Amino acid sequence: MNMPVRKTEAVIALPPTAAKILPLPPKRSAWTSRLMARLAAIAAHVVPPIVVLALILAIWEVLCRKAGATLPPPSRVLSETWELIVDPFFDRGGIDKGLYWHMSASLQRVAFGYALASVVGVALGTLVGQSTWAMRGLDPIFQVLRTVPPLAWLPLSLAAFRNGQPSAIFVIFITAIWPVIINTAVGIRNIPQDYRNVAKVLRLNHAEFFFKIMVPAAAPYIFTGLRIGIGLSWLAIVAAEMLIGGVGIGFFIWDAWNSSHISEIILALIYVGLVGFVLDRIVAAAASIVTRGTAAS
Amino acid sequence: MSSYPYLKLDHIDKVFVRGSTETEVLKDITLGIEKGEYVSIIGHSGCGKSTLLNIIAGLLPVTTGGVLLENREVNDPGPDRAVVFQNHSLLPWLTVYGNVRLAVDKVFSGVKSRADRHAWTLHNLDLVQMTHAKDKRPAEISGGMKQRVGLARALAMEPKVLLLDEPFGALDALTRAHLQDSVMAIHGKLNNTVLMITHDVDEAVLLSDRIVMMTNGPSARIGEVLDVPLARPRKRLQVAADATYLKCRQRVLEFLYERHHFVEAA
Ligand SMILES: Nc1ncnc2c1ncn2[C@@H]1O[C@H](COP(=O)(O)OP(=O)(O)OP(=O)(O)O)[C@@H](O)[C@H]1O
Ligand SMILES: [Mg+2]
Repeated sequence: MNMPVRKTEAVIALPPTAAKILPLPPKRSAWTSRLMARLAAIAAHVVPPIVVLALILAIWEVLCRKAGATLPPPSRVLSETWELIVDPFFDRGGIDKGLYWHMSASLQRVAFGYALASVVGVALGTLVGQSTWAMRGLDPIFQVLRTVPPLAWLPLSLAAFRNGQPSAIFVIFITAIWPVIINTAVGIRNIPQDYRNVAKVLRLNHAEFFFKIMVPAAAPYIFTGLRIGIGLSWLAIVAAEMLIGGVGIGFFIWDAWNSSHISEIILALIYVGLVGFVLDRIVAAAASIVTRGTAAS
Repeated sequence: MSSYPYLKLDHIDKVFVRGSTETEVLKDITLGIEKGEYVSIIGHSGCGKSTLLNIIAGLLPVTTGGVLLENREVNDPGPDRAVVFQNHSLLPWLTVYGNVRLAVDKVFSGVKSRADRHAWTLHNLDLVQMTHAKDKRPAEISGGMKQRVGLARALAMEPKVLLLDEPFGALDALTRAHLQDSVMAIHGKLNNTVLMITHDVDEAVLLSDRIVMMTNGPSARIGEVLDVPLARPRKRLQVAADATYLKCRQRVLEFLYERHHFVEAA
């Protein structure tokens, strides 16, 4: 676009006075066009989900406005939960707290259980990936245990711990640990023989080999496991909290159902979805920082 | 003068056992290499060259026989026998500098100070003309550059023997020639003892003091050892017309393509 314009201008602007102002117009237009391109690129990603969201809300509104609808339309959800939205920090004692407190209680349980699962999972995965005998002994057991649904562990852990809090953390732990173990083991087993040979020629000791070769080489696999694990943890916490009660987003939902506050359930679901999304993104971002350069070789 | 060779391969046999099948790959390999000598091993694909090199490196155990370095038996891998692998084997999560530094830090941990190790790393990168890319990662540099870094890493260990497993095999002809020149220059400067595997006849003749020709497997043995009495430093273009060069080349070609031509295994 710019080329022909500049050309004609150059032909016309032969006198030296006119030549002085020549460089400016193409520069400014290049800058604006770059800005426009940038905005267009952003819009291309932001506009479609907004349009779809608006459509969904409109259909929902229409369907639930009718008489006899069992669920509230979005407008009523908003008006009924407005107090909860604008003041997430209130605390009237017991479980009558703002959504912030419920969320943070759930997140704390997930943080404990998930952190534990990450450490133990990477350690066990390393053992299984590195030692043929550990693999033969442990792998069949892992393969069976990992198919047990998370909630099936809850009664057992309640029996063992006799307390809701550690039981919920244990359920998170046992849910998140399997993908971490399995992916770590695969990552360790897939370390190219070349890297092992380099380590041997350099005479790296066990600790050096673990930190300088194993962890970075298996990092992409480990993070795949960690990412699946955080998703499963968040799935499991809501269900587990429904059963153990107390402060937490899961029990908040259950409580809202018991008091027929359907709008509150919907609001909580939206929050749960958003937080789950953010958790996934955090682990993904950590992965892309740590595994920089590792994936391509 | 010592009565024993610097590096000695003493009646090495290698049998791979997988289940109930036994494959004898190497048979009675005996060879002495003097300090500062550049020796090439040439042979058809699959005859057991890499196996032999890995045995010398200590990465594979011998079945019978032994490897002696300065008259002492070596069984384990170690930095005194640094290897440049065919596929570079740089660690992709470390930079070029980081890859060499890892080796320097490990080998000279108690010997050199931090500043000296840094300087030594840069010195070796300079030796292979890779200082300009020291902060790049392996994925960001070309195949020839990766081999240069692999070479720098091996040189930085100050090995007694430098083991090269087809170091230029995966490179195009021009890059390969360039790297051969670099290796010749470095060998001329440092006078390392080098054992190189190749299946390129010109490369073997141009670089080596002696060429070890291996028969086809299974049970490959040393068929012939050829001296290359060409003066150093050698210049690629001058040498190519030299009568001695052509004669040596002819001998290797005859060995490979007449007496031990490659038989396609099933
Ligand atoms: N771990 C192993 N177990 C069984 N047999 C093996 C093993 N490693 C190599 N071999 C066999 O030993 C023979 C020699 O292999 P080697 O890799 O040393 O050949 P090479 O001369 O280096 O070939 P190339 O030129 O293709 O690299 C091959 O027939 C191979 O199948
Ligand atoms: Mg080989």
